[in-house]
Amino acid sequence: MHGEYRYEPKNGFMKWLDSRLPIVRLIDESVMQYPTPKNLNYWFTFGGILTFMLAAQIVTGIVLAMHYVPHETMAFDSVEHIMRDVNYGWLLRYLHSNGASMFFIAVYIHIFRGLYYGSYKAPREVLWILGVIIYLLMMATGFLGYTLPWGQMSFWGATVITNFFSAIPFVGEAVTQWLWGSFAVDNSTLERFFSLHYLLPFVIAGVVVLHIWALHVPGNNNPLGIDVKGPQDTVPFHPYYTLKDGFALAVFVLFFAAFVFFMPNVLGHSDNYIPANRLVTPNHIVPEWYYLPFYAILRSVPSKLFGVILLFGAILVWAFLPWLDTSYVRSARFRPIFRQLFWVFGIVCLVLGWCGAQTPDYVIIDLGPNTTEINRTVDQATKAGKTTEEIAAVRKTAEASYRVTFAVVDLSRILTVAYFLFFFLALPALGRLETPLPLPESISKAVLGTSGATSGGTPLAQRG
Amino acid sequence: MKRISLAAVGLLLAITAAYADAPKEPEAQTWSWTGPFGHFDPVQLQRGYQVYKEVCSACHSMHLLAFRNLGDPGGPEFSEAQVKALAATVQVPDLDDKGEPTTRPGTPADRFPSPFPNEKAARAANGGAVPPDQSVIIKAREGGPDYVYALLLGYAEPPADMKAKMMPGMNYNAFFANGQIAMPPPLTTDGQVTYAEGQPAATKAQMAKDVVAFLSWAAEPKMQERKTLGIKVMIFLFVLSLLLYFAYKNLWRDIDH
Repeated sequence: MHGEYRYEPKNGFMKWLDSRLPIVRLIDESVMQYPTPKNLNYWFTFGGILTFMLAAQIVTGIVLAMHYVPHETMAFDSVEHIMRDVNYGWLLRYLHSNGASMFFIAVYIHIFRGLYYGSYKAPREVLWILGVIIYLLMMATGFLGYTLPWGQMSFWGATVITNFFSAIPFVGEAVTQWLWGSFAVDNSTLERFFSLHYLLPFVIAGVVVLHIWALHVPGNNNPLGIDVKGPQDTVPFHPYYTLKDGFALAVFVLFFAAFVFFMPNVLGHSDNYIPANRLVTPNHIVPEWYYLPFYAILRSVPSKLFGVILLFGAILVWAFLPWLDTSYVRSARFRPIFRQLFWVFGIVCLVLGWCGAQTPDYVIIDLGPNTTEINRTVDQATKAGKTTEEIAAVRKTAEASYRVTFAVVDLSRILTVAYFLFFFLALPALGRLETPLPLPESISKAVLGTSGATSGGTPLAQRG
Repeated sequence: MKRISLAAVGLLLAITAAYADAPKEPEAQTWSWTGPFGHFDPVQLQRGYQVYKEVCSACHSMHLLAFRNLGDPGGPEFSEAQVKALAATVQVPDLDDKGEPTTRPGTPADRFPSPFPNEKAARAANGGAVPPDQSVIIKAREGGPDYVYALLLGYAEPPADMKAKMMPGMNYNAFFANGQIAMPPPLTTDGQVTYAEGQPAATKAQMAKDVVAFLSWAAEPKMQERKTLGIKVMIFLFVLSLLLYFAYKNLWRDIDH
């Protein structure tokens, strides 16, 4: 992509600066002149939206940190102080907490766009893996941030998640106590979580720089999944995509504002407005919505270690996507079977999310009495020499208690299997079994005549 | 394929399996502050504060609120003189000249004092249960104002199958988890609080509504400001989106894409 255009400094000062620190060159060549495929649809605007959201979270977060106190006796009250006394503190707080949710909505759309259009395939594998790293860092940052208000869900969520590390054989207990800075989630834990929560977004920013750099080497993918053949397939990023991304961003921020101003707590959990109490466990400990599918996967196995392995495996499997998918065709537009499975996979993820929000033994379908158990109980009562009325009462209670059920945990198990089968069975097999549709010759050939103008179309830079 | 999958998800979500011992769902009430144009009624909040002061503050603390908040815009909006007078009727802890703990009349700068000096004293006076702080109670309970309203009026005689399970000192309330709540019914009779002239009759339902309104304001004093600013922001963003859309369309007019 580089080498087809060059920044030309216009005046003496710019030439002087360019020879000492070519920063204007960098901006001009990567954001202004940068040739971008001209057929990108709105699913491709989420990278820009994510960059904005990262900046927004950092700005609101830094100002919040001026007022927040990371000590267990003051954390909850300091957040309320921000909500009540700090000028527009309520706005900063709601922007930051809802901003995290918006950040995750955008990143899920961004990831699924990549999955659909084959943006992870060669030569963009490193770009993709950097994205997985960013996602992991986002999950860590979100988890750390959620503990900071030190509500009931903050404390107990931290307890559940940090206990993952105790599943590691031999060193688990020691590692977990080292992470806690104590023998349980404690003040030391809160203080270090605040430090790390402040640190990680800047690590994310660094990896984002690498991510954009890795993108600019081969250039952007596009909905057709075919390579750019020449300048006729592209338009300069500015003003064509700065304006399109700007529009998409305005609509996204409108959606964001609806939550911030009119339903700021709907994505959260009311238990987090109860100050943390290590002596009282909430009825249902649930993470924020963006972790729910992984929470369901974790709880689908009885073994603690295996559950943790499956949970991290479910995220790390994404890093292997470029090698698991054996098809040479990038875009799902030309892969009819893959397209169907993509939607099924999407539904699997959504329903896993629903499962994560329920208690595992929540009964979805009651399939009838468990006659084996009921008969066993009644036989026990008969052998103990109970009267006919007593046995009838025992039978009645047994019929209510012993049921054959299809519960959330059973559904989670099926869906977890489906989730991993998509990666380890469907994708490798499809490359060999699927007959893709014929690909167009080039981007410009595929979009010929789709503009309002009667002529072939000339980008703004070339117009008189 | 996609349609069938979506229908299956919808069916799944529609299947309800009721818990045997889940608390009763509170009935949805109409509140003046719901919706994008919602606002608090300052007069209702003043009545609510009166109920809170005369009934609830005997056992409950509300340590995140200060007397000056009673005069803030978007709240009960008492005048400055009224705020000073209300603060002065309450005794707040302080130290005397010798450094010994004492009490003095409150000022607008003081926070609402707690009825008990510490948690242990609170538990001892309330049968082992600590009355929760009321500052954010509306946001800390699922169902929010509907739940608190239902709870306040939900006290009744325990049904036959609960009678044996009632623990000593507990009261039956169908809206509370497990049906047993340590708090005795706070609103027992109509006219328990004497409202000023020209106010609606102080029935139990009215007092419950008013105190829930007050608690909702106490949990989120900036709610009205938030919604007012929200309308302006949404209008701005909508116009901005429109402008950006037409600019985008105009720019891309001659490009095949």
